[in-house]
Amino acid sequence: MSAPTDAAVELCPGESPVTAPAPRKRRLSRRAREAGLGYLLVIPAFAVFGVFVFYPFVRNFYLGFFSTPPFPGQPKNYVGIDQYRDVLTSSDFLDSLKVTVTFAIITVPIGIALGILLAVLAHQKLKAIGIYRTFFSSTVATSVAVAAVIFGTLLSPQVGLLQGIQTEPSILQNPDPIININLPVIRSFIPSVALVAVAVTTIWQNLGLSFILMSAGLQAVPDDVQEAAEIDGAGSWSRFWHVTLPLLSPTIFFAVVVGSIFAFQTFGQIDLLTPRGGPLKTTNVLTYFIYDQLQFAKNDGKAAVLAIALFGVTLLLTLVQFRFLERRVSYER
Amino acid sequence: MGRVAISGVTKRFDDVTAVDNLTLEVADEEFIVLLGPSGCGKSTALRMIAGLEEPTAGTIEIGDREVNDVEAKDRDVAMVFQSYALYPHMTVRRNVEFPLKSRRVPKTERDQLVTEATKMLGLSELLERKPAQLSGGQRQRVALARAIVRRPQACLMDEPLSNLDAKLRVQTRAELIELRRRLRATIVYVTHDQVEAMTMGDRIAVLDQGVLQQVDQPQDVYARPANLFVARFIGNPPMNTISGDVTRVDGGLAVRIPGGVVGLPPPLAAAVERLGSPQVVVGARPEDFQLGEGGPVKATVSVIESLGHERHVICRLEDGQLVIVRQAAHVPAPAIESAVGLTPDADLLHVFDAATEERVDA
Amino acid sequence: MSADTIALRGTELSGKAGTGVEAARPGKRGRRLRIVGRYVLLTVLAAIVLFPIYITIVNSLLLPSQIASKSPTFFPTSPQWHTYADAWSDGHLGRYLVNSAIVTIFVAAGQLAIATCAGYAFAFLQFPFRRTLFIVFLTTLMIPFEITIITNLSTVNTIGWYDTYQGLIVPLLATGALGFGAFLMRQAFLQVPKDLQDAAKLDGYGHVRFMTRVAVPLVRPTLAALAVFSFLAAWNQYLWPLLVTKDDRLRTVQIGLKQLRATNLDQVNVTFAGTVIAFIPLVILLLVFQKQLVRGLTAGAVKG
Repeated sequence: MSAPTDAAVELCPGESPVTAPAPRKRRLSRRAREAGLGYLLVIPAFAVFGVFVFYPFVRNFYLGFFSTPPFPGQPKNYVGIDQYRDVLTSSDFLDSLKVTVTFAIITVPIGIALGILLAVLAHQKLKAIGIYRTFFSSTVATSVAVAAVIFGTLLSPQVGLLQGIQTEPSILQNPDPIININLPVIRSFIPSVALVAVAVTTIWQNLGLSFILMSAGLQAVPDDVQEAAEIDGAGSWSRFWHVTLPLLSPTIFFAVVVGSIFAFQTFGQIDLLTPRGGPLKTTNVLTYFIYDQLQFAKNDGKAAVLAIALFGVTLLLTLVQFRFLERRVSYER
Repeated sequence: MGRVAISGVTKRFDDVTAVDNLTLEVADEEFIVLLGPSGCGKSTALRMIAGLEEPTAGTIEIGDREVNDVEAKDRDVAMVFQSYALYPHMTVRRNVEFPLKSRRVPKTERDQLVTEATKMLGLSELLERKPAQLSGGQRQRVALARAIVRRPQACLMDEPLSNLDAKLRVQTRAELIELRRRLRATIVYVTHDQVEAMTMGDRIAVLDQGVLQQVDQPQDVYARPANLFVARFIGNPPMNTISGDVTRVDGGLAVRIPGGVVGLPPPLAAAVERLGSPQVVVGARPEDFQLGEGGPVKATVSVIESLGHERHVICRLEDGQLVIVRQAAHVPAPAIESAVGLTPDADLLHVFDAATEERVDA
Repeated sequence: MSADTIALRGTELSGKAGTGVEAARPGKRGRRLRIVGRYVLLTVLAAIVLFPIYITIVNSLLLPSQIASKSPTFFPTSPQWHTYADAWSDGHLGRYLVNSAIVTIFVAAGQLAIATCAGYAFAFLQFPFRRTLFIVFLTTLMIPFEITIITNLSTVNTIGWYDTYQGLIVPLLATGALGFGAFLMRQAFLQVPKDLQDAAKLDGYGHVRFMTRVAVPLVRPTLAALAVFSFLAAWNQYLWPLLVTKDDRLRTVQIGLKQLRATNLDQVNVTFAGTVIAFIPLVILLLVFQKQLVRGLTAGAVKG
């Protein structure tokens, strides 16, 4: 080896200048050590994922092949793909799917729009604006149960706020669609009063998070660009539409994708506000349906198929969003 | 029509006074430079003209109307930001078009104005690119195009060259001067770089800590600085300023400084006499010295900086203060640590009152 | 502009910015009106957002008869402070809160530790299949929790962890915040300047020392953001605690509130008091960690 290489080797602690063959062996062991450490650090995460995510995921497919008999204690019988077909074409599954989608359609866009509205208003340079920001983010502290219990009690016919405006049946037990539209496809997606009530609760509960998320996104809109727009003659609305909103679009996209995934996984409020799937099953979102089958009908097989369906729908929706929505996001490149 | 007038404008942020009772009048089609170090209030003053800040006191007029309560978007001014503030999600064309679209200029007229502006700034090839795909110099030109596209009454520029590298800066400076000639707009230009101020402005307004120090044509600011601050700020290398005591010497008044005595020519001596102050500060620019064996001020050569076409000889006075002298390259250089005599050119001497720091005029 | 008006607006303004100016410039009033309008809008919206919370606090201090009456009371004239004591003791809220705290702290801490280790490995270490493994990590975010509960329940049963703290905590480690967390930590670690790594190497630091002494302290803000995020997610867990516990002994506050409401149908004010108590810990955390929460969300969203 030539002198400069020796000097370079000297810089690395723990190694002494040696001739050609030995460093190669040492370097190998260093790389091996690094790889070993790498795997070591990654193992806890993989152990947890393996046992509680991947294994169940795979087993779930398997479980779907077995139909559970109506009487406890009897063994399950293998029915193969039939159970998948039966469950996925059944009307209660399709109804539940519609409820889930309707719920997401209501909660996600409104939640984001309100978040943007509050974030933009709280972004102004006014005195004491910090207090308003704290107020607007306060619902972050309301957990699932808190929000549901508050709204549930407030909307209850006996002790709620709306006793003066008594309706029969009470709001959370009202299965009627909120508007009566007789168009064929649209009709099945009109939410019931109860579902709307649950949606409002969810939107309120998520308002704080939506506000914080949109505020964070707003910070990525540089002040001087806003000022430039002002000087260029754009009024408040024009500035919002042409400058703020496009620059906010990556955040909005993120919110839509993640928000939809969470909307599909809503469970707590449904259970607390409208147990057993709500009036005429009008709040029977897929997650609740799964729980219902597990806990009450004790039908593991059906629950497994439903879970796969939920996963499939979520995945499909996310892919669709990426395909069609992402092109409308104005990235800077 | 493009006249801008600032009258008695003060701007306070909580307990910090950024601009203190500033009065300035900019004539139509004049190019005025607001010059000063960071924090001197020049950017704040510019933003008040633009309408982005509201004055705590005083009025601002653009054209022939008072605009204190007029919103920025209705003031008919354009601004080039230091960071360019281009719309990152829009193409160059859209960026330049935006001010016209906001004012609902009809499409055909819009397209024509955009084509003109982008051609003037050499952007015709880049119209469909987005800012992230452009170099710093190109972005700056887009910012300029956006500013001039609607022929505003006044064009405000906030240190537009400071984000460019040195070579590009020199080139863009020349382009700006040329652009200005073709544009015929009133320009208010903010910078901390005195070279820009000297080369580009019709007049320079020097600010320090929110207070206007002097407003004059560049040659006058250079040759007759109104106070010590301006004297030290303008000129590169800066003017040498040494404090001394006024003494009487045979024939008239002189100033005793460490290392010698500087004689004052009669008109200046009379003014200093009238001033009655025992202590003054003498100023002499590096190019206004003669360096030789003998001379009224004794010093030792400390460092010699050779710049190719000229030489900066930094000399130390007996009390350690440094004096910079400029020498042409063809003159033989003195030896380091050699004792030399400095002879300031009496006609080009500046004197300032030590207490008020104001210029003493003959 | 006449000479006398200019004189008026000169230096004489400094003291008397109030009266004289208003008369000469009516536009200023318009500006002030606009600012007031903005405050009004903000206040109205804040009131709407806070109304449910406000009503809950008020109702927690009313008598059941006041709450049940047809005309709503908006301010408690004789506050019933005992409702809070009742909610705490009879409603076992203390127990529920403690359980929630235990579960949440362990889950959040566990996820933080695991995510940091994994994130560090992905950012600084080279090992075969590193890229594939990282992608696999990200896919876990897509798998909804519901798909795993069936099997997890039976797994937990088999190990004998049903209705135990371990059964509550360990499976929850695998929830969303872990995958997202590893992703976040990797991004944060990637921001550590290469110069620092080189300097540490020259100083003889091995990976473990580098991680603990240099890298982790540097990414503290992201760590804090992830902690808040993880904490919130764990605190809000509902389905799993519901399935894996069978009585009050281990129930978390989310389930506990459901219980409280059921047993206090006539004492609604106690239910409300319980809700307020459940609300307070998070409010305190929000006030203290507001900044970290924002940062955590920024990291995910803005970078896409």
